[in-house]
Amino acid sequence: MIKEIEDVVDVPCVHMCTIVPISLTVGANRIVPTVAIPHPLGNPNLSAKEEYALRKGLVEKALKALTTDVSEQTVF
Amino acid sequence: MAGIRVVHYINQFFAGIGGEEKADTKPFKKDGAVGPGTALQSKFGNEMEVVGTVVCGDTYFNENLDEASKEVIDMIASFKPDMLIAGPAFNAGRYGVACGAVCAAVSEALNIPVITGMYEENPGADMYKKYAYMVKTGNSAATMRKAIPAISKLALKIGKGEAIGTPEEEGYMAKGIRVNKIYDKRGSARAVDMLIKKLNGEPFVTEYPMPVFDRVEPRPAVKDISKATIAIVTSGGIVPKGNPDHIESSSASKFGTYSLAGVLELNADSHETAHGGYDPVYANDDPDRVLPVDVLREMEKNGVIGKLHETYYATVGNGTSVANAKKYAHEIGTQLKEAGVDAVILTST
Repeated sequence: MIKEIEDVVDVPCVHMCTIVPISLTVGANRIVPTVAIPHPLGNPNLSAKEEYALRKGLVEKALKALTTDVSEQTVF
Repeated sequence: MAGIRVVHYINQFFAGIGGEEKADTKPFKKDGAVGPGTALQSKFGNEMEVVGTVVCGDTYFNENLDEASKEVIDMIASFKPDMLIAGPAFNAGRYGVACGAVCAAVSEALNIPVITGMYEENPGADMYKKYAYMVKTGNSAATMRKAIPAISKLALKIGKGEAIGTPEEEGYMAKGIRVNKIYDKRGSARAVDMLIKKLNGEPFVTEYPMPVFDRVEPRPAVKDISKATIAIVTSGGIVPKGNPDHIESSSASKFGTYSLAGVLELNADSHETAHGGYDPVYANDDPDRVLPVDVLREMEKNGVIGKLHETYYATVGNGTSVANAKKYAHEIGTQLKEAGVDAVILTST
């Protein structure tokens, strides 16, 4: 999906996912590794505030990926 | 030929422990055959014996690839096997990756033949097919009855030390190994034959398939993210509560287009996951854990990003064929292109 979207929309795309090897195989160009399969952008063991901070940190990383030029597949 | 010791690797589901709620099960071993291993054993008769089974939850394995591989290899080694069989995994992505990774690691560490089976589109196939005999199976466990004879037949051949034919003859995926073969006709004559067939529009089989590099050029970075409109898409199945479009929990036949107008965050009352391939408890409790609307809204308010695109797209990436995923992505992409977004975040579970 990520490849096709990047190709069609013609803008940078970032894939946020937990199993990075699959994303690399699929061919995503910008990859941000996440927490866990059932809760990629959260962690139910944390307090609500800590969990929000964790999610914010990951989205900030995604924004960094989107604002960074890459010439090949890059894991941020 | 009695005495060929086979160890079988399976996931929590095929071990009968449970579904997604047990996918974080740590590795453990059992003597003898379990689940599909008993079907393999019945095909092996007295010639080979499934001496032990190693089980690991798919989520645990994939979230702890290195550590889990090590634990699993130690358990497999403890049975002193002559051969490893993993799966079959059909089109289960995490299971396929686990089967492939276990095969690759065992082949390297124990230097014994390794066999697995999965659907050709399983991500584990591309990742690991050069390390193992990977028997092509159907895309769901409903095809187990066809997969078991195919796997056991190849396993018996390998176990008895018989010559293994080409991938086409034996039904496994090409490992990328070139084998010398003597033809009656010399290469130039065969090439001309092939060319004539091609010109006549007749089918022909190449002797040297070219690798397919299906890559997309990375697009240049967003210059000023504080002015950018960012769209979000997910394969994690986050849909409005009640799943109005009835997106299927696996092999989704469609994607959904949903408004984020006025939505400041996702919660258990507003949204849920339709995905059947992971434990839905955490995503249902707070769907922001899959689709981070809350954080993006705050960033929009504080001017960190220009705008969160008012529509999000969702499908269920669970046993979805590559062709369908590409089709949905193409339609989603076309709409996002028309909308003029500057960047896209895709989240996957």
